[in-house]
Amino acid sequence: MESTGVVVAFYVLSGLTILSALSVFLMRNMVHSLVFLVSVFLGMAGLFVTLSADFIAVAQILIYAGAISVLLVFAVMLTPLASRDNANSLYVGPGVILGGAIAAIVVFTAIDVEWNQLTGVALEERGFVSTIEMIGEQLLGRYVLAFEVASVLLLFALLGAIVLVTNRDEDDETADGDADEAATTGVAEDTV
Amino acid sequence: MTVDLSHYLAVSGIVFGIGVMVALSKRNVIAVLMGVELMLNASNLAFLAFSRFSGAFQEGTEPLAGHTFVVFVLTVAAAEAAVALAMAVLIYRKRETVDLDRISVLRW
Repeated sequence: MESTGVVVAFYVLSGLTILSALSVFLMRNMVHSLVFLVSVFLGMAGLFVTLSADFIAVAQILIYAGAISVLLVFAVMLTPLASRDNANSLYVGPGVILGGAIAAIVVFTAIDVEWNQLTGVALEERGFVSTIEMIGEQLLGRYVLAFEVASVLLLFALLGAIVLVTNRDEDDETADGDADEAATTGVAEDTV
Repeated sequence: MTVDLSHYLAVSGIVFGIGVMVALSKRNVIAVLMGVELMLNASNLAFLAFSRFSGAFQEGTEPLAGHTFVVFVLTVAAAEAAVALAMAVLIYRKRETVDLDRISVLRW
């Protein structure tokens, strides 16, 4: 981390990320705060690049800035204009105090603790070769069970989402039809 | 002037705190979800920073366990977003509102 380019990139990207995150909190319009949320995701991806996490950075852009933000846009657009403001609830005071306290504690701890970390030459020597290859080996080696469980989790989450939002009008109609059938058969039995 | 682990952890903590603020103090269901996404992203940054800088692991033993964990966090975040947004749309369809202050009963 000696090169000045990395240092400048870190400060620019972290400033962008934190200011965008604050804007997500402060914007009055849901769509605006959504745009700033995408900006947070992109700034985070840049920070991942400065940490030599190339694969994770690309995955972050694909999954967060691509897929999840599009999902959020759809959710915002499917709700009406009246509920599109980003108003605070009654708990804004405790929320801000708690969030600020958590941030302050973490920042104080991060700066105060003497971390057992690699710096300078040791960090350069430990340089990463290819993160994709190592991640793949770990996913299909040591963490293969968690990998399979994650795939099942994704499958059921997507199935659950589809089942939840499926319109049940047809079900209601068939239920009514069944009731009508029962009524007619009852009448038929009576006549018999 | 160098950048080390504490700087990344500080950024991660600040973004996590803002995520807590958003999640706790917004009325809109979707805004709360955005706060949760912010928190997950901050935790990813902390994982990757530890994975990059930590001297606790000798070379070659557990090289990129932090990266692998972040892959799982991304998976769970995608699943959570899909289910939660489906529930938000469903609540809107049933109650005609996504205001959390007005969705405070468990049955109606």
